[in-house]
Amino acid sequence: MPTYELKVNGETRTLQVSADMPLMWALRDHLDLVGTKYGCGIAQCGSCTVHVDGAAVRSCVLTVDQAQGKEITTIEGLSEDGSHPVQVAWKEIDVPQCGYCQAGQIMTATAFLNDNPNPSEEEIKSAMHGNICRCASYNRILRAVSLAAENMS
Amino acid sequence: METTNKTLTFSRRAFMRTSSLAGGGLLIGFNFVTACKPKAEAPIDLANLNYNDFNAFIKIADNGAVTIFSPNPEIGQGIKTSMPMIIAEELDVSWDMVHVEQGVLDTENYTRQVAGGSQSIRHGWDALRQTGATARQMLVNAAAAKWGVDAAECKTSEGVITNAAGETLTYGDVVNEAAAMEVPEDVALKSVKDYKIIGTDRSNVDIDEIITGKPLFGLDYKAEGMLYASVMRPPAFGQKLVSVDDAGARAITGVTDVVQFGNKVAVLASDTWTAMKAKEQLRPVWEAESAAESTAEHDKILMGLLDGNEFNTLRTDGDVKKAFAQCDQILERTYESPFLPHNCLEPMNFYANVSAEKIHLVGPIQTPEWTANRVAELLERDVADIRLEMTRQGGGFGRRLYGDFALEAAEISNLAQKPVQVVFSREDDMADGIYRPALKYRIKAGVKDGKVIAYHLKEAAINSNMYGLIPNFFPAGAIENYQVDVAKYDSNITTGAWRAPYTNFLAFAEQGFFDELAELMEVDRVQLRLDMLQNVKGTEDERIQYSPERMEKVIQAAVEKSGWGSQPEGTYQGFVNYYCHNSHVAEVADVVIEDGIPVVKKVTCVVDCGIVINPLGAKNQAEGGVIDGIGHSMYGDFSFENGKPTATNFDKYRLIRMREAPQVEVHFMENEHSPTGLGEPTLPPAGGAVANALKAATGNRLYNQPFSKYPEKLKAPDKEILG
Ligand code: FES
Ligand code: FES
Repeated sequence: MPTYELKVNGETRTLQVSADMPLMWALRDHLDLVGTKYGCGIAQCGSCTVHVDGAAVRSCVLTVDQAQGKEITTIEGLSEDGSHPVQVAWKEIDVPQCGYCQAGQIMTATAFLNDNPNPSEEEIKSAMHGNICRCASYNRILRAVSLAAENMS
Repeated sequence: METTNKTLTFSRRAFMRTSSLAGGGLLIGFNFVTACKPKAEAPIDLANLNYNDFNAFIKIADNGAVTIFSPNPEIGQGIKTSMPMIIAEELDVSWDMVHVEQGVLDTENYTRQVAGGSQSIRHGWDALRQTGATARQMLVNAAAAKWGVDAAECKTSEGVITNAAGETLTYGDVVNEAAAMEVPEDVALKSVKDYKIIGTDRSNVDIDEIITGKPLFGLDYKAEGMLYASVMRPPAFGQKLVSVDDAGARAITGVTDVVQFGNKVAVLASDTWTAMKAKEQLRPVWEAESAAESTAEHDKILMGLLDGNEFNTLRTDGDVKKAFAQCDQILERTYESPFLPHNCLEPMNFYANVSAEKIHLVGPIQTPEWTANRVAELLERDVADIRLEMTRQGGGFGRRLYGDFALEAAEISNLAQKPVQVVFSREDDMADGIYRPALKYRIKAGVKDGKVIAYHLKEAAINSNMYGLIPNFFPAGAIENYQVDVAKYDSNITTGAWRAPYTNFLAFAEQGFFDELAELMEVDRVQLRLDMLQNVKGTEDERIQYSPERMEKVIQAAVEKSGWGSQPEGTYQGFVNYYCHNSHVAEVADVVIEDGIPVVKKVTCVVDCGIVINPLGAKNQAEGGVIDGIGHSMYGDFSFENGKPTATNFDKYRLIRMREAPQVEVHFMENEHSPTGLGEPTLPPAGGAVANALKAATGNRLYNQPFSKYPEKLKAPDKEILG
C-alpha cells in the first residue's frame, strides 16, 4: 500500500492506505480524528466537511491521493479549546440535539464566514443548505451563524 | 425551603444504597421506578459501578463536587442534561458543581432504561426528585449531628448547610459522615416556586465535546485490535443466501476475514473503507424465500382492507351505523402514507468483543436491557457475562430500539473471535431498515342539526396496528357515536416504531379531516374543535387519555400567539391541535406565496408538557419535532419494488434542509403538572398544520404524503383563493 504524507491541523501525518481511500476514512480510522463524521459517503449530507486550503470540502469524496500537499483542517484543529467564534456561538445558542451533524455544520459555517463575514439571512441559509441535520436544529444553526458573524465583525 | 406533600409510596431504603468511597466521599446508588434487589450492595470501586442493583449513581466528593452518572440513553432528546438537573435541584447544589457522565450498563436488572415513547422524564420525575432530596437530607442530618442541633433547624443552599445560629458546613465537610448515616424514609420535596435549576436554561452537558469533535458516538469507539465489519445482507426482502464466492473480497489488502452467518456475510478489515469496498467484491447467489413485495401491490391490498369488513374494533361508543343513517351531512375521506426509513444521521453500528470469559458490547442503543438479553440467548451465554456500554447516539427516532446491529456484531465477533465494529453504510442503513409501516386511514363523520354525532376511523396498515391507547385520544369522548377499527396485512418487510408511532400520520389525517368538516358545516374551524372539547369536560370515562381543559388552553394560547384570524394579507394559516405522549399541543402554520409557490414561513407551536425541566433543551426538541414532521410530510417518500427499496441514499431520499425549514416559535404552558413527553408530541401535528395552511393558500386539500409527490397541488391558484 502506498505511503502518504498529509498536512492535518498543522502537523505532517504519515499513513499507509489504498490510494482511493476517501480522506474522511483516513482521518477517522487511521489518524484518530473522529470528529469528522460519516453520514452518506456521496457528498449529500455535509457531515464530513473539512477545510482543504481554507475551503469547505466533503472529505468523503476527496481521496487521500488528492489531499496530498494540501492544508487540511478538521474540527479538532479549528481551535485549541473550542474558542473559535463559531464554536462559541454554537455553545451560546446551544445548537446540538444529537450532535452528530454539528462538526460538519461548524466547518461549513467557518469557511463560509471567512469568505463572507457579513452575510444576509438568505446567504446563510444558502450556505448551510447542503448540510443535513436529521434532528432539524436548523433554526438554531441559522441563529448561531448570525451570532458568530456579529461577534467576528 | 417550603415543601410539598409527600406522595411517594415506595420505600427509599429499598431503592437507594449509600456507601463511602475509599478516597473520601459519598456514593449513592439508586434504582428509580422500582426498588432494588433486597441485598443490593453499592460498589466501592467507581470503575466498576454495579448496575446489577442500581441504575444510576450520585457521587459527592469531599471537596463538594457532585458527579451524576446518568442512567438513560441519550439520543438527542436532552435527558443526559435534564435528568441530572432534577437530582441537582433537590440535592440543592448549584449546577456548576455538577458533572454528568453516561452510566455504563452491564446486566439485565435495569428498569425503563429505554429511550423511547418520550417517557424517560415522565417515569423518572418522582424517583429522581426523591433521590436528590434523600441525599440532601442525609447531608443535613450529618451536619446536624456534628453541631448537636435538630436537623429541622438546618437549611441548605447551593451545597452549603446553615444552622439556626448561622454556622455553616459545606456538603464536602460532612460527606464522609453522611455516608455512614441511615437512609431517611421521610424527605420533603421542594415546591415548584423554590426551583433554582428546574425551569432554567442549561446547555447540553456534552456541548464542549460536540463542538470540538471529541469521540462521543458509537462510530467513534475504538479498541485495541478492533476490526471493522461491513455486512452484506439480502438485497431484497424475501430473499435468502444460497452461496457466496468470497475470493475477490479476500484478495483485497487489509481484509482479514470473511464470515457467513445466516443469510448474511461479513467482511472484516483493518479499516471501514476497505471493509466496505471488499463487500462489493462478494459474489453471492440469492434465491426467493417468500414473495417480492411492491408498494403498488400494498396500496391495493390496504385499500381493499379499508373497503372490506374484516376489522378489529378497538373502541365503540353508541352506534355509528345507526347514527350515520340519521345524519344530514356526511364526510368521508381516505388518507395515505408511505413507509419511512429512520435515517439517523449516524448509521447503525455496534462494537462487540466476544471471548470465552466475557462479552463486551459498546454502541448506540435505546434498549440496552433487551439487547443484552438477546445477545445472551443468541450466543447461549449467561447475561451476567455481558458488559454493555452505551455511547451518545447520532439520532434514534425509534430505529435504535431494535438491537439487530448489536446482535450482528456479537455474532460476527463470536465467529471471528476478534473484537469487531459492525458499520452500516448509508445504503445498508436505508435498505436494511425497520421502517415506519405504510398505512392508510379512512375517516367518516356525520352531522345532524349542526352537530357532529358520528365518527368512524378505520386503519389499514402493514404488519401492525395502532396501539391500545390511541383510540382514546381526541376526539374520543367528544362524539356520541364513535368507532375505531383496524386491519393489517402481514408483509415480509420489517417495520417498527418511528418517532411518534401511528400518530405521526394519524394526526395529519384527523386534523385535515376536522378542517374539511368545519368547511362543510360552515363553522369556524377552531370553534368546532373547542365545541367538541366541551362534550368531554367532566367525563367519567377513565379511558379518555387527554384533558379537555388543558387542550382548550393550548388552543386558546395558539390562537393568541399566532395571530390566528388576524394574519396579514397574503399569509395563509393552518390550525391543528393534538394530544399524544401525555402532552397537549396546538400548532399554527403560516404559508405565503413566493414566485407562485406556497412556502411555509413560520410555525407557532404551543405545548403543554407540564413542568419544563430545561427550557433551552426543550425548545430545541420542540423546534426539531415540528421541522422533522414537516420534512417527512413534504418529502418523505419510500417505496418498494420487488422487495427492494427505491432509494438508498440522500441523493434519492429527500430530507428537509435549511432553506425549507420554517421559523418555529415555541411557547410552553406554565403550570405545575408533572413533566410529560417532549421528544415526540410536536411532530405529529406539524404536517397537518402545513396541509391546512396549504389548503388555505392554494385551494387544494392534501390527503396523501409526501406532499411533494403532488406538485400540481402545490401551486398558487391563478386567482388567490382564501380558504
Ligand atoms: S458523508 Fe460526506 S457528505 Fe455525507
Ligand atoms: S443534531 Fe442530530 S443530526 Fe444534527
